[in-house]
Amino acid sequence: MVIAVNDLMQLHRPASTPPTSHPVVMEAVGLSVSYGAFRAVRDVDLAIRRREITALIGPSGCGKSTVLRCFNRMNDLVESARVEGRLTYHGIDVYGPDADAGEVRRRIGMVFQKPNPFPKSIYENVAFGARVNGRRSKAELDELVERSLRGAALWDEVKHRLRASALSLSGGQQQRLCIARAIAIEPEVLLMDEPCSALDPVATAYIEDLMHDIKERYAIVVVTHNMQQAARVSDRTAFFTTEVADHGDRRTGVLVEFGRTADVFSKPADERTERYITGRFG
Amino acid sequence: MAPAATTPVVTLRPTGAVRRRQRVEQVVKAGLLGTASVSVLTTVLIVFSLLQPTVEFFREVSVGAFFGGTDWAPNFQPASFGVWPIVGGTLVVTGIAVLVAVPCGLGVAFYLSEYARPRVRRVLKPVLELLAGIPTVVFGFFALTFVNPKLVDRFWPIGDVSTFSALGAGLVMGVMIVPIMTSLSEDAMSAVPESLRQAGVALGATRREVSTKVVFPAALSGIVAATVLAVSRAIGETMIALLAAGNRPNLSANPGEDMQTMTAYIGSTALGDIATQTIQYKTIFAVGALLFAVTFVLNIASARVVRRFRQAYE
Ligand SMILES: Nc1ncnc2c1ncn2[C@@H]1O[C@H](COP(=O)(O)OP(=O)(O)OP(=O)(O)O)[C@@H](O)[C@H]1O
Ligand SMILES: [Mg+2]
Repeated sequence: MVIAVNDLMQLHRPASTPPTSHPVVMEAVGLSVSYGAFRAVRDVDLAIRRREITALIGPSGCGKSTVLRCFNRMNDLVESARVEGRLTYHGIDVYGPDADAGEVRRRIGMVFQKPNPFPKSIYENVAFGARVNGRRSKAELDELVERSLRGAALWDEVKHRLRASALSLSGGQQQRLCIARAIAIEPEVLLMDEPCSALDPVATAYIEDLMHDIKERYAIVVVTHNMQQAARVSDRTAFFTTEVADHGDRRTGVLVEFGRTADVFSKPADERTERYITGRFG
Repeated sequence: MAPAATTPVVTLRPTGAVRRRQRVEQVVKAGLLGTASVSVLTTVLIVFSLLQPTVEFFREVSVGAFFGGTDWAPNFQPASFGVWPIVGGTLVVTGIAVLVAVPCGLGVAFYLSEYARPRVRRVLKPVLELLAGIPTVVFGFFALTFVNPKLVDRFWPIGDVSTFSALGAGLVMGVMIVPIMTSLSEDAMSAVPESLRQAGVALGATRREVSTKVVFPAALSGIVAATVLAVSRAIGETMIALLAAGNRPNLSANPGEDMQTMTAYIGSTALGDIATQTIQYKTIFAVGALLFAVTFVLNIASARVVRRFRQAYE
């Protein structure tokens, strides 16, 4: 499919971003990740800003998920993963000796590619983070659950069946429940790895609207394979690709270009970016 | 309308090859059904073989004397058929065994499924399953010659401990059951999708919190099934009780004393020579029927529990 860059730019919402930039919340400097001897992605420099949606795009295997999983230290679960370079949250090294992985994840929430609600009630799904991260009264929990479900635009659909199993929801509703669950821990950053790839176009539009509505309160990083989606929702875009490493035969991911979405899509600085977003990537 | 002459001949009737495959399907299906019915039939036969002597038993001994009495001496003169001493013995030994097997089994299962590195798991699991293959008579002998004299006799604070004790039998029985408990509950835990653990971790939960708040409830039905099997094994275990618990009907709450379980009673009585039409012979069946009923009720009850608390993941 070939999409004209102009068409894509028409999808781009008029930026709510004022010309002056929002403050940086997280910053990666020279971030590289290896799985065992294989270097999956190298030398990534990114700045994630409050009240902005940052899209990570690029061909399959270029390390988008790998980079995203660094932000909340989910790569800790992969035994072979090794992270080099510097990743900071408000200037604090996320992988430093003073950072606890649990604390990191409480401030940096995550929504996964496939909706993964717990096989518990809708209410218990949203309350999970609060229950784990310290006791709260019933009234506080009730309030938190309602606020989070409203925040994820799901409240009206489920308010009469909060005790029903989360698995009784549709796929799109489940994904919004996962968003509600993530924002219920009141994070500052929200990571989303292809949050719409398991959803139909209508449910996708819902999630995109939702992202647009909640970005005032969070710094959002979203991985997507969908160029239109990146153009529609994001304020900044990071384009990754793979290139042959100096040695070895597997391809390592690199960050090609990172800038305002309007610029990346309308006047890409790198030829590879242009080829990719116009669908001429080979 | 198309002219009939040009219409190709279409048939949906099965060809010879298809019919042969269908016959194979039918034979396979019948064979599998046959194997399934063997086990069902066996159960039915057991019930029937228990039923008739049990009914005859209750013609001679009143239900009240059986379930209400606390003196079990069916082989003495005058005989007495109060079943509570051997029910009590079973309860004590089973209780101890379950108290050992369920927490230990669950602990090992949690370790293997949630904490152990894959390499450790690959080594430990087969070793544990090897333990499940040790004959129970070996466990019974171990209880009699080591646990009773070296542990129970030395450390049990209440009363005098003889060569035999319900405690020693129960402890060893518990150890014997740990591998089954572990194996079944570990299977249930490993079957919980990784994506649920990731969701828990991403919300700031520690490994322990993920284990207890995500994995445990999601695996609960399997864990309950494992527990029921563990309890059933303990109730039904004969050899360890026979060798190490003392085989003396004794209604007592002190596990340091010797006791007789229902299975040990059946085992020891059936070994002696008793004529078929005697009351002693029928007593064996009455106790057997009671054992069967207890296990049956246990299974039904656990199925209810599972249905009530189950957290099914797709
Ligand atoms: N747990 C892992 N162990 C080993 N290698 C991995 C692991 N996860 C990812 N990789 C490798 O790292 C590289 C980058 O993977 P990653 O999942 O980050 O790519 P991606 O850009 O998200 O791709 P996609 O668009 O298909 O999701 C790939 O070559 C992949 O095979
Ligand atoms: Mg990915």
